Amino acid sequence: MTGPNGSGKTSLLRILCRLLPQEEGRVEWQGAEIHSLGEDFFADVTYLGHRHGVKDELTAEENLQVTAGVNGIKFDKDAIRSALVKVGLSGRESLATRILSEGQRRRVSLARLILSNTKLWLLDEILTSLDASSVLLVRSLIEEHIAGGGMAIVATHQELTLNAGQSDRLELKT
Amino acid sequence: MLSWRRRADVLSTLFFFVIVASLFPLGIGPETELLRSIAPGVVWVAALLASMLSLGRVFANDFQDGTLEQLLLTPQPLFLVVAGKVFAQWLTSEVPLVLIAPLLGLQLGLSKQTLVVLVISLLLGTPVLSLIGSIGAALTLGLRSSSVLIAILVLPLYIPVLIFGAGAVQASVLGFDPQPHLYLLGAVLVLSLIFSPWATAAALKISVE
Repeated sequence: MTGPNGSGKTSLLRILCRLLPQEEGRVEWQGAEIHSLGEDFFADVTYLGHRHGVKDELTAEENLQVTAGVNGIKFDKDAIRSALVKVGLSGRESLATRILSEGQRRRVSLARLILSNTKLWLLDEILTSLDASSVLLVRSLIEEHIAGGGMAIVATHQELTLNAGQSDRLELKT
Repeated sequence: MLSWRRRADVLSTLFFFVIVASLFPLGIGPETELLRSIAPGVVWVAALLASMLSLGRVFANDFQDGTLEQLLLTPQPLFLVVAGKVFAQWLTSEVPLVLIAPLLGLQLGLSKQTLVVLVISLLLGTPVLSLIGSIGAALTLGLRSSSVLIAILVLPLYIPVLIFGAGAVQASVLGFDPQPHLYLLGAVLVLSLIFSPWATAAALKISVE
């Protein structure tokens, strides 16, 4: 999903995950209105927004433990370790995220995607402050997710070409 | 639910409580009788103000770094998440106050029996402060000068807690039975336990929009 600033990319994504009520129309997930689905809906959805949702005081590892815990994901230390290695944070697992760089904190939230077992990913400006290799990483993460039968909606200003499954381009106008 | 690495915040609440309660004897003078009669009110008002200090933090930090959005998007009932957060706030900010209160009571000349009543009344009353305060904190998220707004919204709702809490201690000082006050305080606690997590959850949804 592309579009100029203020065209409503973030609003659309937030509507899709119920953070924002829509003014008109219906949002359906697997044939049911999303507001009627209750908390179960969130077992299918992962949303990554502008703000990383990463706690400064906790280490990368603890952050992921908390996320997995509140989302009811079964996890072990190895899964978390390997997710952090995959996003290139090996050796920094036990540093407080406060002292990591912006891009590294973004990577911590990417590791959350690896751990998640949701079907729908809503990714808002996820490529911001990431270097070229991490952009490739995001791409491969999304491709793997789609290959595994998942779905992703990505709002972005940068070019993101995917080689897996079917992809549509949605351009919003102001 | 969340571990807190910000010890400074917890300590500042505690020190605030101790300092406010200690200022009264310094300002009023060392007459034991007078101090004893104002002690219940002093300790309770200090606890009220100290808990106001910590309230702003319940959700504000989570709101800023985006953790709150993630918490809203978990497949758990939101009121449970809220109850967990409020319980953590109570444990880290209010329980230390309850623990140090007997010391302050001693300083103000309260008897041993009255100290027990003081601790019981605080144990029953401070969860109410956290629960009601969390509604105010959730409503004022992301607003400018939210701490002042929280005070205006929440302090009037604290009045019953103050009346029954300080009332119980006062009754004990005067040699009456403090139990009726404590029962009423317990009733307020049950009521706020039932209703406030829902109210806070609803307020959070509105604030995050």
